[in-house]
Amino acid sequence: MSTATDLVQWGLRGPSLPRRRALALRLVVVLVFLSLWSLSSGLVVLLGLFNPIFLAGPWLVLGKVIQLALSGQLWGHVIATLGRVAVGFTTGALLALALGLPAGQWRPVRNLLEPVVEILRPIPPLAMLPLFIVWAGIGETSKVAFITYATFFPMFLTTVHAVRQVDPLLLRAAASLGARRAQVFFRVVLPAALPEILTGIRLGVALSFFVIVISEFIGAEQGLGYLINDGRNFFLVPQMLGAAIVLGLLGYAGNALVVRLERHWLRWERPSAS
Amino acid sequence: MSATGIAGPGSARVQLEGLYKSFSVDGRSLPALIDVSLEVQAGELLCLLGPSGCGKSTLLNIVAGFLLPTRGRALVDGAPITGPGPERGVVFQEYVLFPWLTVAQNVEFGPRLKGAPAAQCRQIAARYLEMVGLREHAAKFPVQLSGGMKQRVAIARALANGPSIILMDEPFGALDAQTREVMQEELSRIQRVEHKTIVFVTHSIREAVYLADRVVVLTSSPGRIKEVFTIKLPEARDRFAPEFIRYESEITRLVKVEVARAHE
Repeated sequence: MSTATDLVQWGLRGPSLPRRRALALRLVVVLVFLSLWSLSSGLVVLLGLFNPIFLAGPWLVLGKVIQLALSGQLWGHVIATLGRVAVGFTTGALLALALGLPAGQWRPVRNLLEPVVEILRPIPPLAMLPLFIVWAGIGETSKVAFITYATFFPMFLTTVHAVRQVDPLLLRAAASLGARRAQVFFRVVLPAALPEILTGIRLGVALSFFVIVISEFIGAEQGLGYLINDGRNFFLVPQMLGAAIVLGLLGYAGNALVVRLERHWLRWERPSAS
Repeated sequence: MSATGIAGPGSARVQLEGLYKSFSVDGRSLPALIDVSLEVQAGELLCLLGPSGCGKSTLLNIVAGFLLPTRGRALVDGAPITGPGPERGVVFQEYVLFPWLTVAQNVEFGPRLKGAPAAQCRQIAARYLEMVGLREHAAKFPVQLSGGMKQRVAIARALANGPSIILMDEPFGALDAQTREVMQEELSRIQRVEHKTIVFVTHSIREAVYLADRVVVLTSSPGRIKEVFTIKLPEARDRFAPEFIRYESEITRLVKVEVARAHE
């Protein structure tokens, strides 16, 4: 029989799979993908379709990653990329909160900031990359600043929206319990806006991994983006694919970190919470 | 003096003098309340009754301080109302609990704002959760509660803040019929202990007769006071007693006229 909790968990998509079976299914899909990849790179060699260096098999790529890791080379690149993402994203997030929270709360601040944001936002951030290089050189500053610039907009806009959509009845309830302005903001507006703010932060994390690669294509001596571009110069396809996969894993880990924070901070949203 | 002759400690008197409230809709000014003068005694439970859209919630929102009257005065113990304040607790129809706080933290919200020490807050929360029968649910989040339980938390939260007036805006309107009657009995039981000044908005005549010391019937939009009934029934009421049913049918006749007018 379905209980109310079941229905909430199933939603409209029917019963969810048991955790173990869901994991097994995922594993199978990944294995099928890897086999297809192996098969096609094998076929390229067998049938002599084109030069096999263009489509290295998964084992070759994995071998390359392991080799780079064991030789210690990989970590320098990972740290360089992660460092830029961490500094750039954190600055972007802090700026987005520092401007977005007041802009959401007070109309005058919003009226001041929104026109500027509306002008800059539709410009694809990548179009601004060369400008950042002109302004800040090809060193670390331009890369970090570029991540900050690119991640600021979605995080700012979600923060403003998150604050504005707080249920006015919550504000009334707080006011009639005696909350003063600052108390209303810190004890009601902030926690009520948190779910959507965290959604914006997830967007920001994904976007920082998106843009860091491109800025590392240009004038970098380290970083996973550099590793990919360096591989391109010398047709080192396993290195290119390997670096891309490591980037994917890092992005996945970054997202998982925010999801964990959400699970913890937003446990009040789940009916099954204890 | 309250209608029951008892006023709980710190319960206050509400005076409404010639209240007029209009809203501007599409540039036109539409009256919602016309010339409402009323005095709610300390310790009295007063029900505002009327067809939907008659302005009873507007009246309550003025006393809560969420709206200012266009003309006239609203006073609590002689002081004009200028905004919401902790001496006037509000219980909303939609519960409006803070979903990120546990049941106990919701109830403690008011005392904590005042900077009361944590141990004292816990004590207050425990006392009022006990009163509404939710002590064992103190650690739950609102999302895990039923509608009736949520409304009990909201009532406990209002009481825990020690207000001198409680304003209730159709608090049981979203509950099913059985839960609704249980909640009315709970409120009546609590009121027999607390003797707060309560202004209770409802469109249920039975609910009004069951709870109120006085029932104020409002006319259909724009709201005026049509008639005030003093319910001379014992504090613990029987919904099937002949006198109860007499009040019910008398008020029903009056309200029917207003509902019919509202549909004209």
